[in-house]
Amino acid sequence: MDKIVADAREAIKGIENGMTLMLGGFGLCGIPENCISALVEAGTSDLTCISNNAGVDDFGLGLLLQKKQIKKMISSYVGENDEFERQMLSGELEVDLVPQGSLAARCYAAGAGIPAFFTPAGYGTEVAEGKEVRYFNGKPHILEQAFYADFAIVKAWKGDRFGNLIFKGTARNFNPAMAMAGKITIAEVEELVEPGELDPNFIHTPGVFIQRIFQGNNYEKRIEQRTVRKKD
Amino acid sequence: MLDKTGIAKRIAQELQDGWYVNLGIGIPTLVANYVPEGLNVEFQSENGILGMGPFPFEGEEDADMINAGKQTVTIKPGGSIFDSVTSFAMIRGGHIQLTVLGAMEVADNGDIANWKIPGKMVKGMGGAMDLVASADNIIVAMMHTNKRGQSKLLRQCTLPITGVRCVKRIVTNLAVLDITPEGFKLIERAPGVSVDEIKNATEGRLVLEGDIPEMNL
Repeated sequence: MDKIVADAREAIKGIENGMTLMLGGFGLCGIPENCISALVEAGTSDLTCISNNAGVDDFGLGLLLQKKQIKKMISSYVGENDEFERQMLSGELEVDLVPQGSLAARCYAAGAGIPAFFTPAGYGTEVAEGKEVRYFNGKPHILEQAFYADFAIVKAWKGDRFGNLIFKGTARNFNPAMAMAGKITIAEVEELVEPGELDPNFIHTPGVFIQRIFQGNNYEKRIEQRTVRKKD
Repeated sequence: MLDKTGIAKRIAQELQDGWYVNLGIGIPTLVANYVPEGLNVEFQSENGILGMGPFPFEGEEDADMINAGKQTVTIKPGGSIFDSVTSFAMIRGGHIQLTVLGAMEVADNGDIANWKIPGKMVKGMGGAMDLVASADNIIVAMMHTNKRGQSKLLRQCTLPITGVRCVKRIVTNLAVLDITPEGFKLIERAPGVSVDEIKNATEGRLVLEGDIPEMNL
């Protein structure tokens, strides 16, 4: 059960042009920084990326957008990124906008063996176009399908060689659901610890969902909106 | 007439003890600053916090602790952190008692538009569609008219909608209005604002019944 790989470069082996990737994170919080850098270096292209956001111009998925490695983005919110907007409006980049809760549920569903489900989110909007509508308890719902991914890439705080993961703060966000959904799931962690060091009672993602794990380095953890208050 | 802070203060009067509340980005975020003394209200941030606290003190910011607006925040004692699936289970499952969000347009049947201006702005809906599709109690916080002076309270939304027949109450710089089968029912006027001013700024059907009181802020 040793899932350790040396580094990001080794972790992303097998990611080929045209594949579908899931990448954890909310804004720049909890994103797999090391693997994104490795993908930029590898130059893998025509990627479909499922991620709540698309980074900012010079960080996160913005780095892959700059190099035009992404063919299609599936996200819930894509503000804060001028290059993204330019590529989308010029038609270079396909974009599928998905309600945030449906995005999370569609990742979870794939990992949980639920091919599709009904949700009220998006009924009566553009999101519902072409989707089956059914009434439950007197309310309309639309049929949403699970998202599958060739690779899911998540970022955790601590992990062990079995792939057990613990996340820190709001860096958890989409990571646990996406970890479940990848055909191959890569976890990059800030700290790789020995089995037994993580209290089994507090593991967020059990190792069964993870195929490759490595300890990342040089985490920048950029803050998008630094908001503070003064001490009285 | 109210400013954005005034709108937030008026919405804070709607809070009830023991409620879990989701505040959207913009004016709604300000509501957290005016929780009436003695009320216990927990704020949910859909990226995964219950019991969201104020901004951190300078120097104590943590990149791993942000709200849905990507601002650095704190968590209060008794708060909890969870993943996105759990967060939207709270929202869709009806466990959050109040949602406050901004809007570009609201129709007099309760439709709301706040995620897209075709050809101009396409940032995405974020969690708004999940929130408005599920919450029983949705209050919109917005200015009564747009920057060109046109009404944002319409007979029908002109922009792509975020949700159908979901808004319950609207608090603007001019008035408090409820959605009823007959249209926008005027509940209160902002200080110094006349019924005629509200009428002129409202394109959708406006329901006037009896004397309309002024807000008590």
